[in-house]
Amino acid sequence: MNIDRRSFLKLAALGLLAVAAKPAFDLISRPSAARALEGPFAGKRLAMVVDLNACTAGDGCVDCIAACHSVHNVPDIGNTKEEIKWLWELDYKRAFPDQENGFVSEPLLDSRVLVLCNHCDNPPCVKVCPTQATWKREDGIVMMDYHRCIGCRYCMAACPYGSRSFNWRDPRPYIDIIQQGYPTRTRGVVEKCNFCEERLSDGLQPACVEACSSGALKFGDLKPGTELYDLISSQFNLRRKAELGTRPQVYYLL
Amino acid sequence: MYDKGKIIGGLAVFLCLASFPVWYMAASGKADYSPDPVLPVSENLCVESAQYMKEYHMQLMQQWRDQAVRQGDSIYVSSDNRTFDINLTGTCLKCHTNKADFCDRCHNYTGTAPNCWDCHNVPPANAPPQVTK
Repeated sequence: MNIDRRSFLKLAALGLLAVAAKPAFDLISRPSAARALEGPFAGKRLAMVVDLNACTAGDGCVDCIAACHSVHNVPDIGNTKEEIKWLWELDYKRAFPDQENGFVSEPLLDSRVLVLCNHCDNPPCVKVCPTQATWKREDGIVMMDYHRCIGCRYCMAACPYGSRSFNWRDPRPYIDIIQQGYPTRTRGVVEKCNFCEERLSDGLQPACVEACSSGALKFGDLKPGTELYDLISSQFNLRRKAELGTRPQVYYLL
Repeated sequence: MYDKGKIIGGLAVFLCLASFPVWYMAASGKADYSPDPVLPVSENLCVESAQYMKEYHMQLMQQWRDQAVRQGDSIYVSSDNRTFDINLTGTCLKCHTNKADFCDRCHNYTGTAPNCWDCHNVPPANAPPQVTK
């Protein structure tokens, strides 16, 4: 068979194209990527609303904190350097250091603000975690996998809210009553609020929301048409350090 | 060969010492010791067959861990289509009520120290009393 140089090159190019077509097609039609978008938590954006007008933290109410810390076996070490906290209170000025408006009503300035992990839409802690022990679920919960945490504390350095605590020692001796329904942590891992994902999967509300008797805490999906969406789209609200671009998902109604 | 006696004698002493654990166990009659974990009386079938659990329970538990924590799916469907809640304390220890007589026996025998229980709870009925502050 006689073949000139030009037709040989043409044939060779066609052959190469045929070989490359299959992987290219697989890449474009990737079924795993499509599945990931339709996981069990897709299409939701869970968020919390704290109504500072209704919250009675300033009057000494700690119902939500007690409930959260009891349900999740959070130890009370009694030493601020080693303290473990999922949900706690701060003075208004410390919770919102960026609010530089000249005059804020005095009751607000003196108020105590309930703070917790903001389950950011753009979580800096997730970006820095070297083992992917912390990651953002499709419904927005910033999760912790204690099995995978190596205790490097990069996430604690990255979190602008101080929402993460490190277990400097075995927490078990510092837990009053160990709740069997939820594991404790061990020395050398970082922990934080998980929006009660274990309760959500049982169809319950987060422990803090359930424990709040003044109705100051609301939790749910944040898509147009939901009660939560109506609430924060109709009232003035703040988010902690929103200017950092973390897109926090705990909204404070004033 | 120089110092033949010393070298051979030294080797003999070394071999005796190095093999001490083997012949000591043989002499004391404990060489055929087996861990004999205590099986639950209430149930006779685990989530998978006993043989599978013996060989692969660690892989199964890692699969459970990843499925429950990473994928958020806490229902395990066994090979014979029974469903189980993925929960070490709530499901495994519900039947294997005595960790010391079940888990620990084989783990001690094989010299493994899994760190499951650093965080996962052992129900108080079977656990040594918790130290409270």
